[in-house]
Amino acid sequence: MKKKITLTLNGSQIHVTADSHQSLLDVLRNSLRLTGTKEGCGEGECGACTVLIDSRAVNSCLYPAFEAGGKNVTTIEGVADKKNQLATIQQAFVDNGAIQCGFCTPGMIISAKALLDTHPNPTEAEIREALSGNLCRCTGYVQIVEAVKKAANRLRDKP
Amino acid sequence: MRDFFHIGKDTPRPDGPDKAAGKALYIHDLERPGMLYGKIKFSDFPHARIKHIDTSKAKNLPGVKAVITAHNMPEIRFGFIKDNLALKKDKVRQYRDEVAAVAAIDPDIAAEAIEQIQVEYEPLSGVFSPQKAMKESAPLVHETDPQGRPRSHNILPLKYHHESGDLEVGKHAAKHIVEGEFSTPLVQQCCMGTAGCIAEFDMNNNLTLWAKTQIPFLAQRDFNQALSDMGLKGKNTRIIVPALGGGFGSGLDTHAYEYIAILLAFQTGHPVKIVYNRREEFTNLSPRQSSQTRIVQGCDQEGKLTFRQVEVLQDNGAYTSWGATYPSVMLMPATSLYRVPHIMFDAKLVYTNNTYCQAMRGYGNPELTWALESNMDELAEEVGMDPLEFRMLNRNEPGDTTPMGLKISTCGLKECLETVAQKMDWKGGTKKGKNRGIGMASLIHVGGGARIYRSDASGVILKLDDFGNVYVFHGGVEMGQGLHAVLIQSVAEALGVQPDKVFINPTDTGTCPWDVGTHASRGAFMAGNATILAADKMRSKIFQLAEELFSAEVGKNLKKYMAKNPDYRPPEFDFAKASKRDQFDLREGNVIIKNAPPEPWLRLDLGRMLRAAHFRPQGRMLTVEAFFDPPNELPDNEKGFGNLSATYAFGTQGAEVEVDTESGEVKIIRMVAVHDVGKVLNPPGLKGQIYGALAQGIGYALYEELKLDKGKIQNPDFRDYKIPRTQEMNFPIDLEFIETNDSFGPFGAKGVAEPGLVPTAPAIANAIYNAVGVRIRDLPITPEKVLDALKNQKKSNIS
Repeated sequence: MKKKITLTLNGSQIHVTADSHQSLLDVLRNSLRLTGTKEGCGEGECGACTVLIDSRAVNSCLYPAFEAGGKNVTTIEGVADKKNQLATIQQAFVDNGAIQCGFCTPGMIISAKALLDTHPNPTEAEIREALSGNLCRCTGYVQIVEAVKKAANRLRDKP
Repeated sequence: MRDFFHIGKDTPRPDGPDKAAGKALYIHDLERPGMLYGKIKFSDFPHARIKHIDTSKAKNLPGVKAVITAHNMPEIRFGFIKDNLALKKDKVRQYRDEVAAVAAIDPDIAAEAIEQIQVEYEPLSGVFSPQKAMKESAPLVHETDPQGRPRSHNILPLKYHHESGDLEVGKHAAKHIVEGEFSTPLVQQCCMGTAGCIAEFDMNNNLTLWAKTQIPFLAQRDFNQALSDMGLKGKNTRIIVPALGGGFGSGLDTHAYEYIAILLAFQTGHPVKIVYNRREEFTNLSPRQSSQTRIVQGCDQEGKLTFRQVEVLQDNGAYTSWGATYPSVMLMPATSLYRVPHIMFDAKLVYTNNTYCQAMRGYGNPELTWALESNMDELAEEVGMDPLEFRMLNRNEPGDTTPMGLKISTCGLKECLETVAQKMDWKGGTKKGKNRGIGMASLIHVGGGARIYRSDASGVILKLDDFGNVYVFHGGVEMGQGLHAVLIQSVAEALGVQPDKVFINPTDTGTCPWDVGTHASRGAFMAGNATILAADKMRSKIFQLAEELFSAEVGKNLKKYMAKNPDYRPPEFDFAKASKRDQFDLREGNVIIKNAPPEPWLRLDLGRMLRAAHFRPQGRMLTVEAFFDPPNELPDNEKGFGNLSATYAFGTQGAEVEVDTESGEVKIIRMVAVHDVGKVLNPPGLKGQIYGALAQGIGYALYEELKLDKGKIQNPDFRDYKIPRTQEMNFPIDLEFIETNDSFGPFGAKGVAEPGLVPTAPAIANAIYNAVGVRIRDLPITPEKVLDALKNQKKSNIS
């Protein structure tokens, strides 16, 4: 069954036709060609497809596209502050060597953003917990956790 | 030691911002106009004859553009010893054998078409362990060799053997001898980006392949051979490498899915994309080989090693990849980690009906070091020595030539051992409390390329534009390891320009010079050395031009400067006279005269000089190339001698663990990693390499195992195949780098992408022994194995 759904995507209202069996990830990547959100497993185990739905980090591969109707969805393409200007959390990843192959990075950044948006001063345990659903095979997570700490500091220092 | 402008400074990776913004394009993200989606039908049996394939239903499905099998396609033979076929015709030898494939207008139709292909098999009995496969009565996985000659057994026709000194003399001299058997499991590379490619022919029948590969140039050779097999002799393949999504060895071979995409693209006249999903990746991509190692070592009364005997048996699976050359790398630690006078090494690989294996980070070294460094602790205990002292006594030294002929130029092993001991507060290896123990393990690894192919070379082309920008063309692959950041640093340093003026071009066999592949921790070492050669050439060309142009352009500078600063009196310096090619230098993008007064006008912007050279009669632009082939040797595998690498990396890692004797769980309290890296090039990149490799070592030590039941993979997802998450990596890792400034290295550096993985598992196993007195010999060290060992320990204490 096909249906037209309306959602707020990265700050703009959009209409998109989706099929009942489609995941939000499928619609984002294949219908809307927003390929920043990655498919790492398609089974909700790796976190590469994480997006924000109403400020909550969600695996978009398991999220039915129909369910996104009326919701506020943020993908990695909507994280940057303005055109070609990385957000603080993104810049912290770049500066801190938190990116290697980069395939987990969009999902990792979304999960980190979801944390920092609600916990401006997270402990290391909270950071590790927030990122525990995001697999990374390259980094051992050390520089990722550090990047989130640094981003938190920078965000707090911002006037 | 000279001061560096850029080497050793934190340098962000150039692809970082795009990756952080979701703009980097991986194979999964690429599309071509008119592109079709390919899908493969894999075998239903681990060993069977193919009786009949019925594709009629699939062919009639709307949206299906082609259905191919070995019966309607030319034969394409590939693999390290050419024992594999892109599509299987008469027989399947593993569950992942490709029996048919389709191309369709969308992935769902392709998947449906695959379901509608009916294959009739006659099942054959299979062999699923190397021991059973070596029995005389074992069914043959391959009845004939690739040349069609009958085979009589399942042992691969690859010999790996080494003898040096006299084993009997070594045994005779030994006061203490300890023997052990150790095994390692099949593990998957688990790249977060799964495998895939897009194949597209132009109307001249030349092929472009967007490929997730670490070996673009060897792949070009393989695919050109395939084109020839397809009746397109003389046609060419251009390989373009998108953002990779991780490699870890999975891209060191060409794969059946790539040949199938090529066949489908040729058959349909459309670009064809094949991308594996995660389950396909787990079941159909070659993992790291499993291994069984028997090791015997002996030492004299003082603890000096007198001999080492190592026999390795590996499950090759059904076909042969480059991974079958693991033993040539195992030979390195077996002969050369610590000083041992008398050595015997032998390795066998055996065909089975299990999934066939390929390369993974460390390439045989983690397997062998697992056995060796566990056994070193056992022998130290036998002697009654502190494991640290035992290692110090037998350590390698700079200037050593090892029994297999490795020339150790620099060696920081002593410093690595001492630093780990100091950081861990070692104190003779005394345990840290009840059920809490410490352990260490060291490593040697290739740090200056690894000649496993007839060329171990790598090229760099530098092209300057009108604006003083430097474009770099290099055939090595940025998998995520940070090669491009190091390339930028190397170019900026060696040429004398600002890093933001250096641009790295995408890896493309059509534009980049040849490179054997990105493996063996060779990327930064090779790219750095080739860059230094190229930069030298470019500098002489620049200074040649400067001899013609500098004086006139700087004269203009001076006029302008004096017009602005009427009171200025230039110093007594005849810059026209000093404008000689051997007097120039290039610093941060400005041509200057060495030893000239530091006047602001007395320098020439490189871009301005290049424009002056370009836009004049008989104008010129500058491009240079350099090709670096390191001074190493292709070892003779049957005899086991040869200086595999130009230089060698050393390191020691320490583990502190706590063992829960109720549950058998091993908790890592902390890890210490100290590595002889030659010279730190890019601190955040280097740390990332060690942290990341160490994390893969944690997975190897404690969690990861691809489980097979009669050839069928039982855990093809991240739920049942556990790789470390943030929670499993929740312990401090104390890193330190020893700089030995190797004369072969670019700026003194050694390759160090793999070492962090190599000694992790034995360091942990040694710490577990230290904590609770049980020795685990079979990876991964699961709670069940620890509990079993603790129970057995109790039993033997009672009896």
